[in-house]
Amino acid sequence: MRHVDEYRAPQAIKGLIQRIAATMTRPWTLMEVCGGQTHAILKFGLDELLPERLRLIHGPGCPVCVTPLEQIDRALAIAATPGVIFCSFGDMLRVPGSHGDLLLAKARGADVRIVYSPLDAVALARREPTRRVVFFAVGFETTAPANAMAVYTAARAGLTNFSVLVAHVLVPPALEALLSAPGSEIQGLLAPGHVCVVTGYRDYERVAARYGIPIVVTGFEPLDLLRGVHAAVVQLERGEARVENQYERAALRDGNPAALQVVRDVFTVCDRKWRGLGEIPASGYTLAPAYAGFDAVQVFGLTDVTVDEPADCLSGLVLQGRLRPTQCPQFGKRCTPEHPLGATMVSTEGACAAYFHYGRTPAQAAHPDAARENEVSAL
Amino acid sequence: MCLAVPGRVTAIDGTEEFRTARVDFGGVTREACLAFVPEVEVGDYVLVHVGFAITRVDEEAARLALDALQSIDALDGDDDAAR
Repeated sequence: MRHVDEYRAPQAIKGLIQRIAATMTRPWTLMEVCGGQTHAILKFGLDELLPERLRLIHGPGCPVCVTPLEQIDRALAIAATPGVIFCSFGDMLRVPGSHGDLLLAKARGADVRIVYSPLDAVALARREPTRRVVFFAVGFETTAPANAMAVYTAARAGLTNFSVLVAHVLVPPALEALLSAPGSEIQGLLAPGHVCVVTGYRDYERVAARYGIPIVVTGFEPLDLLRGVHAAVVQLERGEARVENQYERAALRDGNPAALQVVRDVFTVCDRKWRGLGEIPASGYTLAPAYAGFDAVQVFGLTDVTVDEPADCLSGLVLQGRLRPTQCPQFGKRCTPEHPLGATMVSTEGACAAYFHYGRTPAQAAHPDAARENEVSAL
Repeated sequence: MCLAVPGRVTAIDGTEEFRTARVDFGGVTREACLAFVPEVEVGDYVLVHVGFAITRVDEEAARLALDALQSIDALDGDDDAAR
């Protein structure tokens, strides 16, 4: 497939890994921000192929994983309301709330449907005027334009039976929260390529300057990721700290103006609570006043829901990059993708699920050298 | 969640504001909304995320990046030469 296969060429991957190894004079620690990048790194075994002294820690870039428990509980309450059709991306259905998940709600008779696009939920509201259709608008900046467009379209069509449960989060404020935390080990960042496709990367220039770290806008294929790592390592070795774009075929400095315009119209920035990170100021979107009538929290009267995170799930530490999934005592035991304790084991992009699916075991984590000896090279 | 898949636009329909495209993803065809990529034409590659094309893939930029990687292979070892 074009713009996929070229970036998986074994010889080029091998050459770039050697190049990275040759560039490094000391250990470095990078964080890849996006869960899609984490998934690709584990899937292609890049973590095992890269030099041992290059440590990759996995960031909080999985919106499913950082959606707080109370928002799942609100979703469950709405889905259980008679006459409601609750629409969601598939990832959210298995995320445990305080009492069960959306899949269980569906099994108990709630009308929960998986949609491919938020516009599918709007189309459903048009077809079912006697039902109330609610869409679970989760996502980072990448998904915000699509979800904003759904609300904009519903407003233009005069739909009164459509609303959205918004759980939108923004990457740069979370990065700043991680970078300013005491004891942060992050020396460089691979910025999320598709977020930057939408927003551009001016905000990251400010972050790079403030925290004195290189930030590389990075794609999702093996060669993209290795180009990101290489560029970050070269900057670190030279003592530089600037934003560099290694996803030139897709991301521009100013992002996508048409997409940003509809986001600015429909959403407004708000404080948001993140699973594992707590409340972060100005780190999410909520509906702008002109679209407040589409806010499912208001429509269903669910403003006063507050829930504490479960103590036996350590996903908060995983999302901060402070704990490898395999270091969690529940990993692969009480917590599996079939029976997840927390969202990081649910989403295909959650770090715990990626470690589980690609066979990173606690034994490997405890004895990295032994794991390397057994490693099956993809090359 | 932020997954976006590259595909080739094979047909375009709709009005100025709500253009939709048929996009071929290596044999699988799906519809995508082109509202955010007014410049896209048939034959272009786009990145599609939850039913929306979010950018046109810049083929020239892609080719330059891949060429640069090949020159890294060829130079083998000289740290700064490819930058």
